[in-house]
Amino acid sequence: MHFPLLSLLTWLPILGGIVAMLIGDTRPSLARWFSLVVAALALGASVPLYLGFDGSSAALQFVERAPWIPSLHSDYYLGVDGIALPLILLTTFSTVLVVIAGWTVIERRPSQYFAAFLIMEGLMIGVFSAADALLFYVFWEAMLIPMFLIIGVWGGARRIYATIKFFLYTFLGSVLMLVALVYLYLRTGDYSLAAFYRAPLTMTEQVLIFLAFFAAFAVKVPMVPVHTWLPDAHVEAPTGGSVILAAIMLKMGGYGFLRFSLPITPDASRALDGLVIGLSLIAVVYIGLVALVQQDMKKLIAYSSIAHMGFVTLGCFVGYEIVVATGGIAGATLGLSGAMVQMISHGLVSGALFLCVGVLYDRLHTREIGAYGGVVNTMPIFGAFMVLFAMANAGLPGTSGFVGEFLVILASFKASFWYAFLAALTLILGAAYTLWLVKRVVFGAVANDGVASLKDLNGREFLVLGVLAIAVLALGLYPKTLTDVMEPTLRHLVQQMMTSKL
Amino acid sequence: MNPIPAYDFALAAPELWLLGATCLILLVDLLLSDRQRHFTYLLSLVTLVLTAVLVAGLPDGRRLAFNGMFVVDGVARLLKLVATGTVAVVFVYSRDYLVQRGLFRGEYFVLMLFATLGIFVMTSAGSLLTLYMGIELLALSQYALVAFDRDSPVAAESAMKYFVLGAIASGTLLYGISIIYGVTGTFDLGALATRLDAGAASQIGLLFGLAFLLAGIAFKFGAVPFHMWIPDVYHGAPTSVTLFLGAAPKLAYFALALRVLAEGLGSVVSAWQGMLVVLAVLSMAVGNVVAVAQTNLKRMLAYSTISNVGFILLGILAGTPGGYRAALFYTITYVLMALGSFAMIVLLSRKGFEADQIEDFRGLAQRHPWFAWMMLFLMVSTAGVPPFVGFFAKLYVIQAVLDVGLTWLAVAAVLFSVIGAFYYLRVVKVMFFDAPAGDVAVSAGPALRILLSLNALAVLALGIFNSSLVETIAKALP
Repeated sequence: MHFPLLSLLTWLPILGGIVAMLIGDTRPSLARWFSLVVAALALGASVPLYLGFDGSSAALQFVERAPWIPSLHSDYYLGVDGIALPLILLTTFSTVLVVIAGWTVIERRPSQYFAAFLIMEGLMIGVFSAADALLFYVFWEAMLIPMFLIIGVWGGARRIYATIKFFLYTFLGSVLMLVALVYLYLRTGDYSLAAFYRAPLTMTEQVLIFLAFFAAFAVKVPMVPVHTWLPDAHVEAPTGGSVILAAIMLKMGGYGFLRFSLPITPDASRALDGLVIGLSLIAVVYIGLVALVQQDMKKLIAYSSIAHMGFVTLGCFVGYEIVVATGGIAGATLGLSGAMVQMISHGLVSGALFLCVGVLYDRLHTREIGAYGGVVNTMPIFGAFMVLFAMANAGLPGTSGFVGEFLVILASFKASFWYAFLAALTLILGAAYTLWLVKRVVFGAVANDGVASLKDLNGREFLVLGVLAIAVLALGLYPKTLTDVMEPTLRHLVQQMMTSKL
Repeated sequence: MNPIPAYDFALAAPELWLLGATCLILLVDLLLSDRQRHFTYLLSLVTLVLTAVLVAGLPDGRRLAFNGMFVVDGVARLLKLVATGTVAVVFVYSRDYLVQRGLFRGEYFVLMLFATLGIFVMTSAGSLLTLYMGIELLALSQYALVAFDRDSPVAAESAMKYFVLGAIASGTLLYGISIIYGVTGTFDLGALATRLDAGAASQIGLLFGLAFLLAGIAFKFGAVPFHMWIPDVYHGAPTSVTLFLGAAPKLAYFALALRVLAEGLGSVVSAWQGMLVVLAVLSMAVGNVVAVAQTNLKRMLAYSTISNVGFILLGILAGTPGGYRAALFYTITYVLMALGSFAMIVLLSRKGFEADQIEDFRGLAQRHPWFAWMMLFLMVSTAGVPPFVGFFAKLYVIQAVLDVGLTWLAVAAVLFSVIGAFYYLRVVKVMFFDAPAGDVAVSAGPALRILLSLNALAVLALGIFNSSLVETIAKALP
């Protein structure tokens, strides 16, 4: 029996969050420091997870298994593979940054704010490490409660509308997935994902299960046309909430496609891949155009997130088209790695951009693009960071944003020229909306007295953005550390998704 | 008729004790002055504790007494224990509320104990007649309890409405029973099961009787379209009575459905399954949709009851042992959640002020964060969000329905629960996101505070560790 590292990673933040809440708002600085220590410990605990992970194996590692509900054959069953590991690292990393970023900014009920993020962290790690479908679902849904409170309590003016919309949208998608999971359980007699992978299913069953999963994951990603909750939630959420939403919660959708849809319903995925690819390309092109006309910085980044997540879903499903076009599965792994790298990269870049907007918002209390202009004159260091992250968002080579997009476009080329053509439009559109945003906000003459009075980054903000900048560049220059870890798992996944269950 | 052996009385010991003790309390209460009324309260609690001890001492397995009129089996034992606990909790919850309103009178406790006796008789019914006796004892006590605040015109109106509609429902039920007797020649549930085979499902006489019987059961449960009384009665009754109405009797009505449908008419599932499907879907639809429009928390919870009854019916209509177990799990956990939710109203109410508007919970998270979290647990659990127990209750029911191939029904159920999530969230929204209005004071004593906290925490704990409850239920309902 090895040390239960995954349990530690899941429960330490949850228990830490509860303690932080009990510390209460009468001692805010104690609650802050305590939360930071817990988040840092979780980040520290994820280091041995990475170091101890055997990157040459596709098997679940750090497995923990104990009976949970024996009558349902559902176990407390945790484990990580090459898909889950990077996402867990992203979670622990982002949470520390979010805690630091909210340090003095949050004045109302700070202890509950930090507690909510710690509890979120534990639940998200639970989602990524659960190898039992029921356990997965419990974490998946439980996550909604802290996020509901984060947006609702600390959000902007229309926060209540946004948070209820967020909750109901995602809840609606998830309950359909629940029906599919229960159905699979009744077919297999076991809630473990491994049993679901083995279960033979007829085409009708697969299509219905696929659609149920699709309802859950497409809302989370989010894909057109069920994306409308995201701009609202992002805009109204406090900075930390936007960061966690963009960096991790959206990844749950992509993770779900990789973990559930592709291996459990391979034939339905093959049959319905046109639906996913079509919606992904619409997201890339149409939402890219929508992002162009936004007046609100957060909304612009939110739409840009939807467009970028379109690459993730495209990369997940383009493999089937590659088989049709070339007859071999060689390019499918490429698409999947592209999707994974894109998820991690988007987590870093969009998180960083939301933090940049947060920095400006904390000073001038507006997110309107029109209220800024010439920020670089008063905040040169901030301007440099903002430009870097904007470049990463536009997919400049050398930044992490380039790697994922490049891999997915490469894979799309193998499937069809037109997929690649439409996907590559993002290079133009993405550059257009992000660079135009930078031009209007950062460059130019000082627009008004507000901008003139701006003070540059303080040490705390510099630390957060600096760490993110290093991560973005490191991943862009040397993505091999990431792709090596997931390569065997993705190859195994390609085998699963290409093997018919009929 | 055989002479009744003494052993039969031993099996009915909890009921006999409860009856004797309640009559005694009624007499003792006459001799007490208002200042000594707490003695009645204590006596009632002691009575319940001893009843629970007697129930726990009942022999294992399925035993028949009084020529099969009276059954003691696993379900009966479990339901009696839960009912005793529920009523005891209701007493503790309502004490301060009653004292503040001058309603702290002996009759309150005596009536509730008689209602408990009715629940006991129903859970142990081996024949349709025993069942009917239990129903009437429970119903008559409830009519009186609703009108307990006799100076309140709303309460009197509710009681009147409840009484008239309840009498019609009882009549319907009795009519159904008499027709079933006419068709089969027996009141005995065991004999009914052996005399009916699957072919009887198309017998017109039986179907005719069954329709009336089901209408009666649906009325008691409050399933749509027999739900009209629920919001008015829950709203009109004093909150301490609503506490009781919303919780304990559900256990008895589950027993009613189980005894009649599963035991007596189990062989003709196909005859009643379709009717229950209609009742369940309508209840979930109407309950959830109409609850959205409520501004009064008691009315909202009343409609929430209606929708939850729809879920309980889902488990029953599956007609499988797994389905009955799921419905029992749902009933017990629902009782726990309803008890806590109504108790929150009691907690925030004080002399001259009923906190029964949703608006009254505004800003609770800032004034009393602890109780705001407890209410959040209860609301989110009732909405069916994991890891709270309400999620698992829904999971088991949906699993039972999927198991018999009614996939569309499972999908309908989860979609209605999304609608339901909205109004539970609205309560959370009011507590956490809105600024406090006026002073939200908690004047309740420590007993209520501690018990209510335990109640809400149990909703979380039973969710994460629900296998013990699942196993208890599996043992009770093999």
